[in-house]
Amino acid sequence: MNLTLKIWRQKDSNAKGQMVDYKVTDISEHMSFLEMMDVLNEQLVNTGEEPVAFDHDCREGICGMCSMYINGEAHGPDRGVTTCQLHMRMFKDGDTITIEPFRAAAFPVIKDLIVDRMAFERIQQAGGYISVNTSGNTQDANAIPISKHAADEAMDAATCIGCGACVATCKNSSAMLFVGAKVSQYALLPQGQVEAADRVRNMVAQMDLEGFGNCTNTGACEIECPKGISLENIARMNRELMKASIS
Amino acid sequence: MALDSKVPKGPIKDKWTDYKNHIDLVNPANKRHIDIIVVGTGLAGGSAAATLAELGYNVKAFAYQDSPRRAHSIAAQGGINAAKNYQGDGDSTYRLFYDTVKGGDYRSREANVYRLAEVSANIIDQCVAQGVPFARDYGGLLDNRSFGGVLVSRTFYAKGQTGQQLLLGAYSAMNRQIARGKIEMFNRHEMLDVVKVDGKARGIIARNLITGEIERHSAHAVVVASGGYGNVYFLSTNAMGSNATAAWKIHKKGAYFANPCYTQIHPTCIPRSGDYQSKLTLMSESLRNDGRIWVPKNMDDVMAIREGRKKPTDLSEEERDYYLERRYPAFGNLVPRDVASRAAKERCDEGYGVNATGEAVYLDFKSAITRYGKEQAKIHNITNPSEEKVYELGQAIVEAKYGNLFQMYEKIVDENPYKTPMMIYPATHYTMGGVWVDYNLMTTIPGCYCIGEANFSDHGANRLGASALMQGLADGYFVLPYTIGDYLSDDIRTGKIPTDTKEFDEAEKEVKDRVDFFINNKGTKSVDYFHKRLGKVMWDKVGMARNEKGLKEAMAEIKAIREEFWKEVKVPGNANEMNPELEKAGRVADFLELGELFAKDALVREESCGGHFREESVELDGEQKGEAKRNDKDFAFVSAWEYKGEPADAVLHKEELEFKDIELKQRSYK
Repeated sequence: MNLTLKIWRQKDSNAKGQMVDYKVTDISEHMSFLEMMDVLNEQLVNTGEEPVAFDHDCREGICGMCSMYINGEAHGPDRGVTTCQLHMRMFKDGDTITIEPFRAAAFPVIKDLIVDRMAFERIQQAGGYISVNTSGNTQDANAIPISKHAADEAMDAATCIGCGACVATCKNSSAMLFVGAKVSQYALLPQGQVEAADRVRNMVAQMDLEGFGNCTNTGACEIECPKGISLENIARMNRELMKASIS
Repeated sequence: MALDSKVPKGPIKDKWTDYKNHIDLVNPANKRHIDIIVVGTGLAGGSAAATLAELGYNVKAFAYQDSPRRAHSIAAQGGINAAKNYQGDGDSTYRLFYDTVKGGDYRSREANVYRLAEVSANIIDQCVAQGVPFARDYGGLLDNRSFGGVLVSRTFYAKGQTGQQLLLGAYSAMNRQIARGKIEMFNRHEMLDVVKVDGKARGIIARNLITGEIERHSAHAVVVASGGYGNVYFLSTNAMGSNATAAWKIHKKGAYFANPCYTQIHPTCIPRSGDYQSKLTLMSESLRNDGRIWVPKNMDDVMAIREGRKKPTDLSEEERDYYLERRYPAFGNLVPRDVASRAAKERCDEGYGVNATGEAVYLDFKSAITRYGKEQAKIHNITNPSEEKVYELGQAIVEAKYGNLFQMYEKIVDENPYKTPMMIYPATHYTMGGVWVDYNLMTTIPGCYCIGEANFSDHGANRLGASALMQGLADGYFVLPYTIGDYLSDDIRTGKIPTDTKEFDEAEKEVKDRVDFFINNKGTKSVDYFHKRLGKVMWDKVGMARNEKGLKEAMAEIKAIREEFWKEVKVPGNANEMNPELEKAGRVADFLELGELFAKDALVREESCGGHFREESVELDGEQKGEAKRNDKDFAFVSAWEYKGEPADAVLHKEELEFKDIELKQRSYK
């Protein structure tokens, strides 16, 4: 198929960016979206132009590096996938595809489609861990049975890949799905109880400091999340925060 | 220089304990004055950085991604082995040790593997304490599954995302130390050289991938944990950015490179679909617990399937060739990876491949779904369930176990694997070879350590499933933190290493010159053009089956591609900005050298062992006819290569392997 691409080009964080049109031809429906971008970049390199910079790494939907906003949706029109898992069979010959970076005040553009997600790092550093030494002198792994239900629910929250699609999708640029997922993973497990109150307070405080907005229960994040992280995690985070504030 | 593996004396089961009791320690007050650089933040690097910082050292950690959480360990699916014997099925430290040495086709160092098995149980305790949500049974205890090449269930898992959960555990431990200021994290940085002062590793030159700035970083020791070199094949299951540059740079500065020809071609990956393909996707080996691998028995059916006249589900049991179950009745679909890969290649080479390219076999879940369905029907007291009901009940179980893998497959191939068998084919996945290290995990450069997939130490010629995560975390959490202390105890009075010295000047100049060369070369061909050509030579001539003629051709061809690369490579953009093409150029330049050494190593090793299969070395008769033939008399050694300029001139040093605790036997899975 032949396509027109409208892509956000921006030299660096200080430069003013703009949408630029490109054409690609003979794209196979079996290609992944990023393979289509590879074709474009090979074309640009061969004609002496600078290729489009975009984040990507594992190309199997788990590292959370890729981050495009395609036709107005984070990770594009398919559900339950990251951009690298999106395939061209979702598009038609002659389509025009608009490709932008994830936009949020807390995610400044570094170059073209690459944004700076260090805000997520700082939130994790504020409390996204259990304070246990890695010495190996811990008790036996089976010493505390954990119900299958709790373990499975914690796992569902823990599958967040930290891509930032929730932030890019949210009209308030809220990071509460991301933070809620991490808070929930620990809140659901006995190991996480000791520091639960401080954890949620500190992570939420850092989240606010980074300039992310608040949740107004639209639920778009849950729909666009490539890992299907549930909105319940936001509710759980709010409960945890409430609990922490009265304890 | 003679190779000294520094394996402690004494009985194998006491070595590590005795060693720990007798090494020099650094007192906590002195640790504050010692800096350590860790390059790479996957399971090995991440766990090492966290633990070293926790002990009190000042750690500087480097990752080329924007966060340590994105290292490619995250993509490991199936699980992590540990000799916990929770299932009471006869597992033990010795059995895990034995399975790993046998699975590695008797080409690994006994003492290292025993230590790995010994600390394995502790890894699970550690990860559970960190909040890693491993799968549990209804009683709330940890669940296990089985992997290829073993007869016990010792694999712990978190759905099909075990690597992700373990990495997030190590990452959380890192975050705790970053928050305390004990780890200084350098995201989007790439190490481009190591700096030696008085023969010791004392720092690195790194490029800030956002600004393009070339930076100097000093430390008392350098730990390289940069992963494997599978991307030398261009197409592999590695991440796009996975590269050998850090490992290759230390090799060029004096670290020997061991067994580059030991590469794992994983049997269950999604087959290639076209020339545009940028990477291959793994389907976890855990699927072989429940999936049965087959091709049609009759060539007519193969053709009918390829032409779309028949569907795989149309074929009756009698018309299918479950070739692994046929050839290896004892292990069946759970033979080790190298055996399963070659068996798939054998069927496809004979023309039985089931897709248009002729390079695919089926992985079928129907019998597992039916089996689970019947079991569920019993549990739920459903008498005489319909076939549909059984299938529905069984599908729910399979979905709970492997749901994310099935979803991943469906998104890529656009077929529902619950309804029709998956198509799979082998692909490059893991490199057992790597930087040579001694028992302390130190390379032949004093003060330069290498851990995780980047080193060569534990998997011999073939790695068993779920052992990579185990090794990465064992090295980082439990081994390196001890061994590095013994070395650093001599450095308590050294003081900060200055970076304004001639050694740093020279290393930095070399790096800058190379960057400038790429930018100014203005050639005619893209970096990928060369990388793809290299990959094709590697796959065709240094892939699943190798022979003398092909390897010699490969060496000559790779050299020619390398020479053309240095003349014709084209890198757009500038040096002092974010420039992904420039990053790729540096990495491919190193692969073009490594590839040739790889072929040379394969040429020298005139035996078949593990992932290295020489067509000249097969069993000619008996029950094992056609199987790989190892030659212990002449090749029970580690090949450690010393850099001498051109890869063809590399000098071979041999570390003879001694087997005192395991009897050398032919590996039989029949």
